[in-house]
Amino acid sequence: MSDTDSRKQEETETKLVVEKQDDLPKFEKEQSNKITEKFGSKTEIAFVKPDRVRVNVKKEDILEVASFIRDELHYDHAESVTGIDFPTDKEIEVVYHLGSYTDPKLGRQVLSLATRAPREDVPNPGNDSTRLPSLRDIFYSVEFHERECFEMLGVFFEGHPDNRRLLLPEDWADLPPLRKDFKIKGR
Amino acid sequence: MFKDLITPQTANTFIGKLGDILVKAIDQPLGYAINWGRLWSLWPVHIETACCSVEFGAASSPRYDVERFGIIEAFGSLRQCDLVVVQGTITRKMAPRLRLVYDQMPEPKYVIAMGACAITGGLYFDSYNVLPGIDGILPVDVYVPGCPPRPETLIQGCILLQEKIKNMKAR
Amino acid sequence: MTAKLPPGLQLEKEDDKIMTLNVGPQHPGSGHMRLIIKVDGDFIVSCDPDPGYVHRGEEKMAEYRNYITNIPHLERPVIHDSCNILYPYVLGVEELLGLEVPERAKYIRVIAAELNRIVYTLYWLGIYGIFLGHSTMFMWPMGDRELAIDLLEKLTGARVTHSYFVPGGIRNDAPANFEDVCIRQVNYLEKRLRTYGDIFYDNPILIARTENTGILTREDAIRLGTTGTVLRASGVDFDIRTKEPYDVYDELDVHTNVLKNGDSYDRSKTPWLDMLESCNIIRQALEKMPKSGSVRVKLKPNPKGGDDEVYKRVESGRGSLGTYIVSRSKPEPYRLKMSVGSFRNLICLPYLLKGEKLGNMPAVYWSLNYWPVEADR
Repeated sequence: MSDTDSRKQEETETKLVVEKQDDLPKFEKEQSNKITEKFGSKTEIAFVKPDRVRVNVKKEDILEVASFIRDELHYDHAESVTGIDFPTDKEIEVVYHLGSYTDPKLGRQVLSLATRAPREDVPNPGNDSTRLPSLRDIFYSVEFHERECFEMLGVFFEGHPDNRRLLLPEDWADLPPLRKDFKIKGR
Repeated sequence: MFKDLITPQTANTFIGKLGDILVKAIDQPLGYAINWGRLWSLWPVHIETACCSVEFGAASSPRYDVERFGIIEAFGSLRQCDLVVVQGTITRKMAPRLRLVYDQMPEPKYVIAMGACAITGGLYFDSYNVLPGIDGILPVDVYVPGCPPRPETLIQGCILLQEKIKNMKAR
Repeated sequence: MTAKLPPGLQLEKEDDKIMTLNVGPQHPGSGHMRLIIKVDGDFIVSCDPDPGYVHRGEEKMAEYRNYITNIPHLERPVIHDSCNILYPYVLGVEELLGLEVPERAKYIRVIAAELNRIVYTLYWLGIYGIFLGHSTMFMWPMGDRELAIDLLEKLTGARVTHSYFVPGGIRNDAPANFEDVCIRQVNYLEKRLRTYGDIFYDNPILIARTENTGILTREDAIRLGTTGTVLRASGVDFDIRTKEPYDVYDELDVHTNVLKNGDSYDRSKTPWLDMLESCNIIRQALEKMPKSGSVRVKLKPNPKGGDDEVYKRVESGRGSLGTYIVSRSKPEPYRLKMSVGSFRNLICLPYLLKGEKLGNMPAVYWSLNYWPVEADR
């Protein structure tokens, strides 16, 4: 129900922009088509909005897809890495927002690359099954963002050289604070 | 007669009494002079803890110029400082460092809690990483409310602190 | 090597020349963060930034507050740039709720954002000046900054924490004589700003201290994903105001300042050029602004977004600011992420300081246009 709702909203949004500028969503469609042509059913295009494309991939394929995005689509840096906790799905989603400085055509574009890691009810950051491959070798700029994601949600990035604590106090022994079952006081 | 008064048994008492008279005669004017010296040369330690440091910087700017009132700009070593202006939120990571800085300063030392966050936690009352006020770790002399306080408010807080020092017993 | 060194000054191992230094959080050259620096004599071998001293959990708190009550605490990370830090959030909420902003509000927003850029950059310039031992460059910007603050106070009612942008427009209209005062003050500010060039940027002492220190090449700036003035000083022409114009920036003529060398001198010069450009933009916006009209659309109480997500970004004094909002049909955001310029520029600090002299540390560190409170959120 909600899916159709949001899709309707997307359509109306795209239409609004189409009236303003005819050629806008075409470019994003091309981009997403390139990805689907190459990887087929491995990837899922979640939405194509003006200037924003979102691609969902499984965690086994993320390195392959990310290399393709860097080499063929010319996205060259990550703007942010966001971890989102979904306790009902027992999964933690990690979204990479990628942008490009080198390709002037991609100045407006932000491509979100999302993947999901399994979530455990009793987290043990670094030693449980909540693991993802690190994208640091492909996009060097994710280094600090992935460190933040590790301490805030307990997602361990395999292959990241420096999975240390960044923002939280040294003696933090509670749950990772951005998980939904971590409640702040009085709420 | 005088010789009778000062026997080896009473000498200590006599000297003690003499000391009391001297303290009574000198302590008050001397204490006033010491306090007077202290209150016109307060050196704040250079520790920024959160966003109120912007208004602290503005207070030393040409328009507000807190130096007129004997508060010197926050520069120099903390071993020479006698004032901590806690500029905003104290997080759990910063709290031990703030206490460490306070402990390293020589006596006498004074504390101004600047901003709502330093007083009660302010906007961040329900955050997981913020202390609800600094009273638990430092003895606060003056509270300056506001989020952030305007530079005028900070200057008023400093003047209140000087008033307090003036009426303090000099140690 | 029998003498015991005090804590904080330990050698790595005995007979080793490498010494570890803690710079900050109480240090005249560091701000609210700590740098763990290893030195060999006078040269920095490695640098490990340790931020998080002002980590207040903004993103967690945002999940418990609705879209309107989120406004005041989300602008606290950079209170002297509070319009710009709120801008992407407000744009995102507007897209989620499907609000159309009145034309006059868009122009006033642009003026407020550009004035705030000037306020922020002048504060940064004052700090940069004093840490290089140039006291005049602390006093002048701090004094001139008050003029821009006066303008913003007239417009919004508060000195630094404006809470001026709301989803659907701005909180209240500009006062009657705002345009005249604004154009006069901005003209005066621009005149003052030009004199900074003579006293600061052409000063041989500044040039000797900052030129050819901490060089960031174009390739590395792109690889490390830096943003804002750091990126533009390294020769990359990227500014969200021209690349992805938001509100009315596409109707204004915005010039992007790009410098070539990527050293500390260029990084400190780009913000100054940006301020001059801001004066230009404000004048254009004042000219094109509709003279009257509504400035805010009515909102339902407790507005809800659909099952959607939005990522919006704007250009601030420190670089690109992105806000990612995930909504799940509730009055509160399900997840809110702030991707801030300072945090993105932090990554090049270890890279730039390696092999540099310890005395150049403040010159390189502050040239990154870094505001620790924003990076920690």
